Amino acid sequence: MPIKTEPITINMGPQHPSTHGVFRMRVTFDGEQVVDVEPIFGYLHRGSEKLAEERTYTQVVTLTDRMDYVAAMTNNQAYILAVEKLAGIEPAPRGVWLRMIAAELQRIASHLVATGFLLQDLGAWATPLIYAMREREKILDLFEMLCGARITNSYLRPGGVFMDAPAEFWPALDMFLDEIPHRVDDLEDLLSTNEIILARTKGVAVIKQDVMVNASITGPMLRAGNVDWDLRHRDPYDYYDRVEFKRPLHSASDNYARYLVRMQEMRECIRIIQQCLEQIEPGPARPKEVPFIVRPPKGDVYSSIEGPKGELGFYLVSDGGISPYRCHVRAPSLINLTLLREMLIGGMVADMFVSFGSVDINMGEVDR
Amino acid sequence: MSPFLENTLFRNIYCNISSGSNDCTNLGYSGGILPAGYEWLVFAITGFIMAMTVINGVLLGVLAFIWGERRLLARFQNRVGPNRWGPFGTFTSVADAIKTMFKEDVVPKDADRWLFNLAPILMVVPIFLVFAVIPFGAGTVIADLNIGILFVIAVTSMSGLAVVMASWASGNRIAIFSGLRAVAMLISYEIPMALALLGVLMLSGSLALGSIVGAQDVPFILVQPLGFLVFFLAALAETNRTPFDITEAESELAAGYLNDYSSMKFGVFFLAEFAAAIAAAAVMVTVFLSGWRGWGFFPSEVWFFLKLALVLSAIVWVRATWPRLRIDQILTLAWKGLFELTLINLVATAVLVAIWPSPTAGQLWIMAGVNWVVFFISILLIGRLLSPRPHMDESAQDTSIALYPVATEEDQARPVAVEGAD
Amino acid sequence: MAEAIEAFAPGSVVGHNTRDVWLRPASVLEVARGLRERPEFKFDLLTMLTAVDYIDHFEVVYRLISLPKNRTAMLKVKCGEGRSEPAVPSVYDVWRGADLLEREAWDLMGVRFDGHPNHKRIMLWEGFPGHPLRKDYVTYDQSVTEIADQD
Repeated sequence: MPIKTEPITINMGPQHPSTHGVFRMRVTFDGEQVVDVEPIFGYLHRGSEKLAEERTYTQVVTLTDRMDYVAAMTNNQAYILAVEKLAGIEPAPRGVWLRMIAAELQRIASHLVATGFLLQDLGAWATPLIYAMREREKILDLFEMLCGARITNSYLRPGGVFMDAPAEFWPALDMFLDEIPHRVDDLEDLLSTNEIILARTKGVAVIKQDVMVNASITGPMLRAGNVDWDLRHRDPYDYYDRVEFKRPLHSASDNYARYLVRMQEMRECIRIIQQCLEQIEPGPARPKEVPFIVRPPKGDVYSSIEGPKGELGFYLVSDGGISPYRCHVRAPSLINLTLLREMLIGGMVADMFVSFGSVDINMGEVDR
Repeated sequence: MSPFLENTLFRNIYCNISSGSNDCTNLGYSGGILPAGYEWLVFAITGFIMAMTVINGVLLGVLAFIWGERRLLARFQNRVGPNRWGPFGTFTSVADAIKTMFKEDVVPKDADRWLFNLAPILMVVPIFLVFAVIPFGAGTVIADLNIGILFVIAVTSMSGLAVVMASWASGNRIAIFSGLRAVAMLISYEIPMALALLGVLMLSGSLALGSIVGAQDVPFILVQPLGFLVFFLAALAETNRTPFDITEAESELAAGYLNDYSSMKFGVFFLAEFAAAIAAAAVMVTVFLSGWRGWGFFPSEVWFFLKLALVLSAIVWVRATWPRLRIDQILTLAWKGLFELTLINLVATAVLVAIWPSPTAGQLWIMAGVNWVVFFISILLIGRLLSPRPHMDESAQDTSIALYPVATEEDQARPVAVEGAD
Repeated sequence: MAEAIEAFAPGSVVGHNTRDVWLRPASVLEVARGLRERPEFKFDLLTMLTAVDYIDHFEVVYRLISLPKNRTAMLKVKCGEGRSEPAVPSVYDVWRGADLLEREAWDLMGVRFDGHPNHKRIMLWEGFPGHPLRKDYVTYDQSVTEIADQD
């Protein structure tokens, strides 16, 4: 006799331990299986784009910090590059090297957070998370030396960075660079060949390559699907054409591949920072002639960088005034969620949040 | 003589209070405080004292275990852990308990009040009952039932019912999920758990925990490695510990059936969970680690608690290291892995017991040798059957999806930054 | 670029400069499909889609990347002249990535995307008064008092 069952609908979020912020999914389950997902955004919408229209170009930097608050440096970088392109500012070389170092440190930090919370979603009781967070803490300490802030840095300015790194920063950075490869090894020893992690993440939430490209997915998620697309390499901004790095690729396009790509990218970040340290030259961190109140000419510009989560772009429109006429953020977190339904439907309840975590989103950036 | 007086613990208390009992005088007690004629009162008082001692002992044990788990987890995670309140932070759990008591007790509108309130009680009572049959030391046992191990299995399966009650009564869909998971897990893991103990029963020839301890001239963990492994995993599952904590699954179901519980009702669940871990560890110590039997130097109770701490540390270790399994993997593990392992263990033990019906220590060592061989072979076999592991073949994987056609290096010469038409 | 588009979709280009191509709103879908599928373009990734309020008209901006050719393109569509209700065809069927971006542009700028399968607000709740990124949007406080006054 067939048993009559009916699907049940549950609101996962906005207050849920693993939605990485305030995100809500209206999920329909058939037993343990996910039948339908409707993502509902906007619980953290602060109208950053509107706020940016009423602030000067330099003041907007602080707004960008608060978009993806686990990767403030790269947000600053994306925004500053857009402003420089719009206003035709030639940045100071030392400032560029400094912000590359900062951005790569931030990428490590962001990937650590992503990995830690992915494992937390898998149900590992905080151990990998705390391993990851400890290393991130060291990066935040370095940031504190650089600019006095740990999370919302606002370190970058049009033309470079707002101040040169203090003398004690360099030995601290060297120490960190000596140490971090071992810590990444530790983390990988703990995780990469763990049978339960393999069983839980291999072959889960596989997305096809062409579907991913069509859905505008970028960043580590795209590279986990064997698409060799990294803007640092394809469209070298700052001095990324002067450093050498590999772009880790994976072909499985499942949760495990996304995790592995992030782990390997961290090692590449370390290489980039080391090359930056070799090439950094003395000089001002910011050209003296760049005024604090930038008045770009009329026009619009789109500039993007390879953020830790994907292509992070700023579309700025200037009307010749002191504040942007329109400031649009191409938020990778939001756009990478386009395929959320495809990833989750047909999966199990337990895999739902793992897949969600493997996208590596940040609600501050999704909702802005 | 009353059968109760065969229990040394009971006899010591009873005979030191009562003065009218002939049995006590026969046993050489000089008489106690209460005059003759009040045997029923003495009886009640004795029972009360014993129950209070064990229940409070378990409560204290839970507090100690929570503290120990926190400290240990902290060490695993490169943290310090609670160290402020009391010596080495031992009072932290006490403070937590007090805080829990003072929280507001909320019963949701949609809840089924009766079941909702009953569930925590049903959860915690069976776990205390388990401690009634555990011999903590030589003679230190409340009731050495002759069906001890059966009693333990029967009583612990009640906790699954409590979870279902709690989840149903909450009137909460997320809680229902955890209730269903609890049932699925209960049904699956009771069987390997019971079967894992069968080997031990064959060896000891008794269901009473006291005689099982007595039979362990060689700790049964050495003689029954498969049994111990399966029982350990099944016990983790029964007590909802990682990696089987899918009923609570913080990252999936928030807290599952605990979602709507607050204040002391939540506290009782919390207590029950940790008490269950202790109970499971105590059963493991009794059945597999030769219980209170030690190697001199310490009194038997100390040996018991040392072993208990060892097993609990192992449980915490598992929790600190492993992520959670998915429900289908958990059920697969139970039915396709552990069930078969116990059957293999059962057959092997049955053959060995048929050869030596009442084994001496030397024969137990031979059995241990045979069983360890069986252990490795069967684990390898079942492991191979359970996961063919095609994913470990990295070379096969790398060609599964071709590289997406992206621009080549010579296209690269034309920078992308020059936008638009050329 | 503009000539190349004009070649396969005549009458679709309104104007162009060295970087941008302005399209006629009605021909967006046809051009988009062509840009994605024709071998000389292969713009397979829609990087960005947004809308700008230029007071007298709205402009929808599409930025495309061709992964196989490593080229980018910036398409613009003027719509909603004279502050009429702006509307352009949705490119959801061509690029899935337009899904959330179009919803965002509708929510915050009020540009309607005809043919979008889930054309709902994304950041704000249903029933939110107005579209906040428009230049004539009154702040939330003001709008609340206005509604209160009407009541």
